[in-house]
Amino acid sequence: MLTIKNLHAEVDGKQILKGINLEIKKGEMHAIMGPNGSGKSSLSSVLAGRENYTVTQGEVIFEGKNLLDMSPEDRAREGLFMAFQYPVEIPGVSNLHFLKTALNEIRAYHSLPAMESKEFLKLTKEKQQLVDFNANLMNRSLNEGFSGGEKKRNEVFQLAMLDPKLAILDETDSGLDIDALRIVAAGVNKLRSADKAFMVITHYQRLLEYIVPDFVHVLYNGQIVKTGTKELALELEEKGYDWLKEEVHQKESV
Amino acid sequence: MTSDKSFYEFISNGVPGPEQKVDADNAILPARKLAFGRFKELGLPTVKTEEWRYTNIQRYLKDAFTLAQEEQGTVTAEQLKSAGIPQLDSYRAVLVNGRLQADISTLPTGGKITVSKVSDAAGNPQLQAWFDKHPHLQSQPFAALNAALFADGLFIEAGVNASLDKPLHIIHVYTASANAFIQPRHLIVLHKSATLEVIESAVGINDNAIAFVNGVTEVVLEENAELWHYNIQSTVKNSRHIYHTSTTQKADSRYHHFNFTLPSAELTRNNLSVALTGSNTETNLHGLYLATGTQHVDNHTFVDHLVPNCNSNELYKGVLLDDANGVFTGKIHVHQDAQKTNAFQQNNNLLMSEKANINSQPQLEIYADDVKCSHGFTVGRFSEESLFYLRSRGIGEEAAKSLLVNAFAFDITDQVHIPALQDFLAEKIRQYVAGAINN
Repeated sequence: MLTIKNLHAEVDGKQILKGINLEIKKGEMHAIMGPNGSGKSSLSSVLAGRENYTVTQGEVIFEGKNLLDMSPEDRAREGLFMAFQYPVEIPGVSNLHFLKTALNEIRAYHSLPAMESKEFLKLTKEKQQLVDFNANLMNRSLNEGFSGGEKKRNEVFQLAMLDPKLAILDETDSGLDIDALRIVAAGVNKLRSADKAFMVITHYQRLLEYIVPDFVHVLYNGQIVKTGTKELALELEEKGYDWLKEEVHQKESV
Repeated sequence: MTSDKSFYEFISNGVPGPEQKVDADNAILPARKLAFGRFKELGLPTVKTEEWRYTNIQRYLKDAFTLAQEEQGTVTAEQLKSAGIPQLDSYRAVLVNGRLQADISTLPTGGKITVSKVSDAAGNPQLQAWFDKHPHLQSQPFAALNAALFADGLFIEAGVNASLDKPLHIIHVYTASANAFIQPRHLIVLHKSATLEVIESAVGINDNAIAFVNGVTEVVLEENAELWHYNIQSTVKNSRHIYHTSTTQKADSRYHHFNFTLPSAELTRNNLSVALTGSNTETNLHGLYLATGTQHVDNHTFVDHLVPNCNSNELYKGVLLDDANGVFTGKIHVHQDAQKTNAFQQNNNLLMSEKANINSQPQLEIYADDVKCSHGFTVGRFSEESLFYLRSRGIGEEAAKSLLVNAFAFDITDQVHIPALQDFLAEKIRQYVAGAINN
């Protein structure tokens, strides 16, 4: 589904990603871990198409197409979704109107007719119950005055509504208490399926107790320095990142 | 009456007085003569005139114009439709160059609310009492010029306790076969406890000529009267507009005014002023201006608190792009006697290009000590993060920007109490943003 080859990217002239290689297949759950400043969020930003990042080398193929050539909206229309670490508040844009616009723009891209209001409301209700998103928040302005937990739950609700092929969760666990974390994770687990893939970016192992990954990758200094299974996450939790950093530096000095 | 070169020169020096006019409104002639004398005294403003500092009016008057008092013009059903508001259930008054066209209008019947031509109502005691009497008009040269030489306009009178089952929509059609200086003049009088909703919109039919509209509306709200007054300014490209709207509010009256200036005209200058002459009044002034290209939109507002216990609230928001120019001057005068005044003013702007410009100037003159007054001004740029968020959900750049502009305008459009009008405005904003991006 997604193939990242030797991806280099910089922001403000500073090299952030220094040769990422990663393959994600249908149905898989990949966790990207790493210390602060290792390039985790930069990776998600580059994949989603944030404009201040410049790709200097490498390629990203998503469902057979060159992802890096596409505008952010076309990436979304092709089936990529990024749950933001810091979802934006937009007063004056209602949550429902926003979602309806997004859904219909994606449908139009695939030459499908706009969804009827009745059908849309039915879908809304179904997904809102599925991911346990408070119905009262749906008519409010987008994220305006939402608590941290409500914002993250709204991201998962949008994910459910837009039904992407690949979802990237960018530090969705940051700022969540344990109850909110459980609800968000439960929502994500309900959305897992054989034809969908996930990339979960997190600093802590805690989230991975609830969302169990098939693969864990450790990002350090703009590169994936170790790949393993869920046990790797536990090891990191126990030993921290320092031993990995040392390993990397030893290799470099050899 | 044509100027062959600069209309500015012609109007400053050569324009003949109102006695030259052959009109049926002789009862107004004395008032016209007075106004003409005042105009001669005041003279046309220059950029050195404080109130016209940011709007170089000479630039817009250097072309030749005909004083189009007699130009009748016709309007087709198609043109009328383009001036309409879809789904709006309303009474309708159609004016061509300021003249009411009864045959294509649907006016209220029953007699408690009358809509007539100013020329037909010239002898009406209300018209005689209020015409050109608003204190704030006395120092305005363009208003004086209008009073002296206006073609015609509407006189709307609502009797005691009168109200309508639906809004009155006034459609202004401006036609010009050659460059024309068009001067409509209206007076709205609401007697005690009367209520009315008035929507004004405009359409221009002057592809090959410039229409310069110099309009004046006076509004009188007697005790406990309430007027919802929506002004939608969107006409063709080749038009220039100066409007004066001057309102007098007596005790317990409520005035809700909306100015929607949507792109098209090269120049829009609004002078909106309200004199509060009775206590316990409520005044809400809402403005939304969207300007693109080299358009120039200038809003001058003035709320004059003359007596105690009045509330005024003003919110003007602007979206400017390309080389567009915006001006906002908001004056609040709280007189010494006007204790317990609440007066608030806010002007927020969104600049969508490097070259767009806004000059905003609050002018608060407060001579009473027990008052609550505030003002604020902001200018911001588009939030790139908001735009990216919307785009990352599959919403195209154009639709995303349209959503954000609509969101910015929401405080204003949300105050509109007529759903069809709300929808119409949202669609206009969408078209505006789409047009601006695809340019």
